[in-house]
Amino acid sequence: MSAVQEVVTPAAIEAVPKRAMTLGYGTSLIMLALLLLVPLFVKNFIIFQLTMLLIYGLAVLALNILTGGSGQFSLGQSAFYAVGAYTSAILMEHAGMNYALTLPVAGLICFGFGFLFGQPALRLSGVYLALATFALATAMPQLLKLGYFEHWTGGVQGLVVTKPDAPFGLPISQDMWLYYFTLVITIAIYIFSVNLLQSRSGRALMAIRDNEIAASAMGVDVALYKTLAFGVSAGITGIAGGLGAIAVQFVAPDAYTITLAISLFLGMVVGGVGWLPGSIVGSAFIIFVPNIAEGISKGLSGAVFGVLLFLVIFLVPHGARQVAIVAQQLMGKLKRN
Amino acid sequence: MRSKQKMRIAAFSTVIAFVTTSGAALAQKKYDTGATDAEIKIGNIMPYSGPASAYGVIGKTEAAYFTKINAEGGIKGRKINFISYDDGYSPPKAVEQARKLVESDEVLLVFNPLGTPSNSAIQKYLNSKKVPQLFVATGATKWNDPKSFPWTMGWQPSYQSEARIYAKFLMKEKPDAKIAILYQNDDFGKDYLKGLKDGLGAKASAIVAEESYETTEPTIDGHIVKLKSTGADTFISITTPKFAAQAIKKLGEIEWKPLHIVSNVSASVGSVMKPAGFENSQGILSAAYAKDGADPQWDNDPGMKKFYAFLEKYYPEANKLDGSVVFGYGVAQTMAKVIEMCGDNLTRENVMKQAASLKDFAPDTLLPGVKINTSATDFAPIEQLQMMRFKGEKWELFGDIISGELSN
Repeated sequence: MSAVQEVVTPAAIEAVPKRAMTLGYGTSLIMLALLLLVPLFVKNFIIFQLTMLLIYGLAVLALNILTGGSGQFSLGQSAFYAVGAYTSAILMEHAGMNYALTLPVAGLICFGFGFLFGQPALRLSGVYLALATFALATAMPQLLKLGYFEHWTGGVQGLVVTKPDAPFGLPISQDMWLYYFTLVITIAIYIFSVNLLQSRSGRALMAIRDNEIAASAMGVDVALYKTLAFGVSAGITGIAGGLGAIAVQFVAPDAYTITLAISLFLGMVVGGVGWLPGSIVGSAFIIFVPNIAEGISKGLSGAVFGVLLFLVIFLVPHGARQVAIVAQQLMGKLKRN
Repeated sequence: MRSKQKMRIAAFSTVIAFVTTSGAALAQKKYDTGATDAEIKIGNIMPYSGPASAYGVIGKTEAAYFTKINAEGGIKGRKINFISYDDGYSPPKAVEQARKLVESDEVLLVFNPLGTPSNSAIQKYLNSKKVPQLFVATGATKWNDPKSFPWTMGWQPSYQSEARIYAKFLMKEKPDAKIAILYQNDDFGKDYLKGLKDGLGAKASAIVAEESYETTEPTIDGHIVKLKSTGADTFISITTPKFAAQAIKKLGEIEWKPLHIVSNVSASVGSVMKPAGFENSQGILSAAYAKDGADPQWDNDPGMKKFYAFLEKYYPEANKLDGSVVFGYGVAQTMAKVIEMCGDNLTRENVMKQAASLKDFAPDTLLPGVKINTSATDFAPIEQLQMMRFKGEKWELFGDIISGELSN
């Protein structure tokens, strides 16, 4: 992205953005097998945590498309997540809609919302865009509390959502069903995202990321692609939000504060900006590391978390992607020997 | 064939005999997950980090109280294993932690989780798992609903019942009051406002102005000036400590001297009256159900003496001016009482049954005369408060203990 970063980064990483975006065939299959099999052997509580892992993973992935793909920053993802969560919750509880059908609606509404927000955001870039989206994130919890919407949103008290049972009388627990349901959606969106970034549109996005002027000179409609990136990112975040509402069984304004947006941002950086598989690593970081920090010291959990985060950024500034590349190089060396 | 059947019957009856005899030996001892001869696991969720981290003190006080109980030999020989997790005041995190407590740590019950949003988020889960969600640390009115949520119970007086007490007081002492209200725009403020309006009933027109503020606002001065301009002569401040102190100070600055009522959550000498200035705080009214740790009038009170001794030995770094410490002590004592009442029948069902049969129980830190009473249809442990007036450097209680019981 910036000149400074390019100096730091070994040229080899940036030069093959297409391949660097995805995992190898074998690794993908191993990951898939793990995601499919692990839930069969663990407690419901762990399954729930894994479901949250996938959901936050989706949200981080969405941010990754925006930042890693088109080079736009956003600290407002929590707002899209909230809109998605509330859309699902309201449709399920007030309109009695099936939970699975609420997700595309949540995705569409968020896509529209993100696309519209992308319009004014066009005039902004870098830190200014980050600030504008930050405003969105801080405004959202208060908007959800507004008296006008209280009939639907439940105001400050939030809404309780009913957890779906497994369909067709399948003999599995609610948690396990929801996990596999989430997994299918996650994989679908992952494949969609990988293909999107490898397509013509993806190349256009990356051209904008690398140099806006050059991109427009090549005939890329900068405005359209930038807003589209916002829309797609918001749409995926909205679906993640809807899934989150179903998994947690509750939505309240205080669940979607700026802290969530920062967590997602953190997840993206830790997973590696622009490296889609890293999203799940980043998501694991934001879910499990606070628990580890709490285990080390209850009173200083925030400080311990800070230290751990600092260590990660200091030792592997490019996050999980860097680790993966080092691992790959090691493997290559072993093979040659 | 026949002999085989006989054999089977014989074997079966021996088994039954064995079960019943050992059952007789165990007659008094019944356990659910989380309780054994040696220990009882109690789960808890607190915002040790995040925007409400000031309340984390409650969890620490409770941990210290259970350490004290264990040091004194436990309850009927069973040690309390108090497992407390941080949810950062975030509902999704609270769900994760509640599930961890129930499914991974396998606690007997979840005790005193803090915050209305967090408790709302875990209520349905705990009720469907039939795990007691006891003595939640929030004043929302909805916890007293044994019909829909038989596994959830509150502890402190609800915001609505406290607000009704002020309404009752005003209608009696100042029937022609012109009331201005400042409230926090969240569940606490709104619940309270509703109680106030319900309490005033037909007199609700006495409210000439209401202003709400967000906790993110740096100062509420603008609201105060606006309220003064309405010509109100009574000011009800439904605020949390930081804002209550700001309001008191601002009132002093602009020389507005209405009848000033602050909500109980902010009736703390240490964190509100002192920072706002004692000269500005004279004559302020509030209501209380617990003793104030900073108030010298309780120095010789036997209950508070026990409380101070506890702090000295088990939680010396605690700030006794902090109302949360008094709260944590009182609620932990109530929990210990319920477990004691359970005797050797430590099933979740019996825990709820005993929690719903507290009769005139008075923890050390509650005001004299305020007693905890519950029943199968009444899941609101504390419903009484006493009015008080700030004079000099402390609160002076006056009038009778009033019950704010909701008649619904």
